Amino acid sequence: MRLRITFAKLNALRYTGHLDLHHIWERAARRAELPLAYSQGFHPQPKISLASALPLGFSSRCEVMDMRLAEDIPLEGLRERIQAAVPSGLQILQVESVDEKLPALQMLVAEAEYEVLFAEPAERSALTQRVAQMMDTSSLPRERRGKSYDLRPLIEQVSVITDPKGVVRLRMRLAAREGATGRPEEVLDHLGIPADTVRVERTRLIFANETIE
Amino acid sequence: MLTPEQIEAKLDRILLKVQKPGRYVGGELNITVKDWEAVTTKVALVFPDIYDIGVSNVGLKILYDQVNQRADSLAERAYVPWRDMEALMREHGIPLYSLESKRPLAAFDLIGFTLPYETLYTNALNALDLAGIPVRAAERGEEHPIVIAGGHSTMNPEPMHAFLDAFVIGEGEEVIHDILNVLQTHSSRTDRLLALAKVPGVYVPKFYETFYLDDGTVSHIEALADGIANPVVKRIVAKLPPPPTKFIVPNIDIVHNRVTVEIMRGCTRGCRFCHAGMITRPVRERTVEEVVAAAEEAVRSTGFEELALLSLSSSDYTHILELVTAVGEKFQGRQLNVSLPSLRIESVSIDLMDKLRQRRTGGFTLAPEAATERMRRIINKYIPDEDIINTTREIYARGWTTIKLYFMIGHPSETLEDVQAIADLCKRVLAEGRKVIGWKAKLNAGVSTFVPKSQTPFQWVSVDTRERILEKQALLKRELYRDRNIKLSLTDPDDSLLEAWLSRGDRRMSEAVYTAWKNGAKFDAWDEGRKPEIWKAAFEQHGLDIGFYTARQRRTDEVFPWEHITAAVRKNYLFQDFRMSLEGQIRVDCRQDCFACGILPTFSNLRRENPGEGWKCPDVKSPAKKTNVELPVVGD
Repeated sequence: MRLRITFAKLNALRYTGHLDLHHIWERAARRAELPLAYSQGFHPQPKISLASALPLGFSSRCEVMDMRLAEDIPLEGLRERIQAAVPSGLQILQVESVDEKLPALQMLVAEAEYEVLFAEPAERSALTQRVAQMMDTSSLPRERRGKSYDLRPLIEQVSVITDPKGVVRLRMRLAAREGATGRPEEVLDHLGIPADTVRVERTRLIFANETIE
Repeated sequence: MLTPEQIEAKLDRILLKVQKPGRYVGGELNITVKDWEAVTTKVALVFPDIYDIGVSNVGLKILYDQVNQRADSLAERAYVPWRDMEALMREHGIPLYSLESKRPLAAFDLIGFTLPYETLYTNALNALDLAGIPVRAAERGEEHPIVIAGGHSTMNPEPMHAFLDAFVIGEGEEVIHDILNVLQTHSSRTDRLLALAKVPGVYVPKFYETFYLDDGTVSHIEALADGIANPVVKRIVAKLPPPPTKFIVPNIDIVHNRVTVEIMRGCTRGCRFCHAGMITRPVRERTVEEVVAAAEEAVRSTGFEELALLSLSSSDYTHILELVTAVGEKFQGRQLNVSLPSLRIESVSIDLMDKLRQRRTGGFTLAPEAATERMRRIINKYIPDEDIINTTREIYARGWTTIKLYFMIGHPSETLEDVQAIADLCKRVLAEGRKVIGWKAKLNAGVSTFVPKSQTPFQWVSVDTRERILEKQALLKRELYRDRNIKLSLTDPDDSLLEAWLSRGDRRMSEAVYTAWKNGAKFDAWDEGRKPEIWKAAFEQHGLDIGFYTARQRRTDEVFPWEHITAAVRKNYLFQDFRMSLEGQIRVDCRQDCFACGILPTFSNLRRENPGEGWKCPDVKSPAKKTNVELPVVGD
């Protein structure tokens, strides 16, 4: 059985990285008494796969994970059972059973959407101008960990939004394919926004077979 | 004082700049977060090293549960930040805070440190300073929490006497409640400390004074107030209470990702170098049913992938075969690793590991400690070479490719021949292994340096000098580095010597601890923290001679700086054992024969009220004396 779990990763869990999150899920499965499937061999590994690694410090409302079980179990009450077995920073949004033969989750993700909250109120017009300038260029050569790459093609959309309370936020949609992932902190850095003045939240993962409205 | 919201806002701006920010945010599974306003007494429990090491500490977990089980109290946790985080906290004015509610430590009523080993001392000072609490007990006022410490190293509390308001000597399960009750019934600092000093097992240093002889040794120690004990006798529980099962599950990787069930406390073997074996007497065992039920509940509530069955000597647990059979069956096919430390060197141990159905990858660990018959008699851990060879050969034959052997150098009267014998034994074990499984056979030799501890038969002996340790280590390197399948690990002599002078220091040493910390000593247990020059300078500044505390055989009639503290094993028993060691005489396991170490007379009433199998000393049948006061038994 292949379970697909959609969950939010909030609060203290923002500071738990991708690898550690795998361990949290392995232990959660044991606590919830799910018959988690393991790989064969000398060092059996749990069959857990997360759609897309979330950078440290980001919260998320839309993480997606597939977990393979060694046997079928009823879906009824499963969301509550899993919720009771995870640390308080994880909120289980949806639990469903998906076709075993689907490609790996990581192959299906196409784009990710993020929202940026400012610690100090941001000035709307200056921000809008900088965003427009960035979107107007055809190439944004950058360097990350000693490798040069072009950030611009990885940016699908960036918009400055004002919520009903008048708070200005930034929303961006970036490529999230294997080997072509746009990183919000790179976009922020280009816009001259220091990382310690914002909080970033992933709000949506967009899959290859989805249409974007 | 900063509010939790202010602290969280400040943290948000710095956490992404440090390594492993998950250390500093709490939010783990199985923590207890109580309503701050709804309880009378707030306790902060501190392990004075980083989160990665401290969070799995079982002692603090026991206290966390004991306090949180009370409706009138709460307990939260704190660990010391790593250097990067400490620098940012100081820069941004963030005091040391608790992980549960993000409150500054100064907001608590009681701060409890665990000090299981001496190299945490400077970290404890640093934690107080980072919390904005005066480091010296004498400088704390009504507005500050009461600061206490417990743990094995407090069997000689003197080098830390200036910094703690009180020490708990012995086991904490019951005394923590006495302490909370004192805080709730007394309000001023002075009243509280005096009341604490009258609680059995609690040592309040300000009510004692040490007098010295001209040669620098102790003349005597006086209690300065009426009704306080001299000596302070350690506390024990007659029966081990139900073990903790709701272990905290970190959201990041730590050193020991596992649940621990203590199967037995205390040890009857009487190895003369072993501090834990001497100070945790008597032996008390949990039943097989209790251990198995606790293990099952702990694994269920944490989901951890490893279970450790904890004791000082697993093989001595009365129903060990029954226990491992039950555990092996219960957890079969559940992707759970079970560890069983401290096994005796005999083939039965391999059967035990077999029953746990362990993967053979982790290596099989044995601790011969010494390699010549003479040395083994001196330390009272007598295992003939043939037993070691036969057992290790069998281990290789049954599928383990790596054997880990633990030894110590620096035992009393050790010669280079005794050290050479360690190298020879390692080579012989590996050679035998090769006969069985060929070149796959590997051997890890861990050779540490013996440090004499207070309250043990070796409390009189001197430590090897740095030069002597280096000479012995050089011999081992020369002999063992040639073989690629032998991995030798050695303890840095500076680490051993620091531990050595802190273990048997007196009150004057607390000034050296203070100065060393002021000048930058912290994380003394870490390679990165090793600062021998700072320590040497601190000793010199206060006119203290390191050699006086380490490289000096103490007089047989010497009064020790810890003479007013006792683990209830009589000094003359320890001395008799020390003399037996000089004559190469072995004292066998005291489960067969009671050698009257002092535990039973000290706790005779407790034993009489708790007869039966769990406590391994003989039953006490004589009628109770009229007085209920436990008489001090040290020194006779």
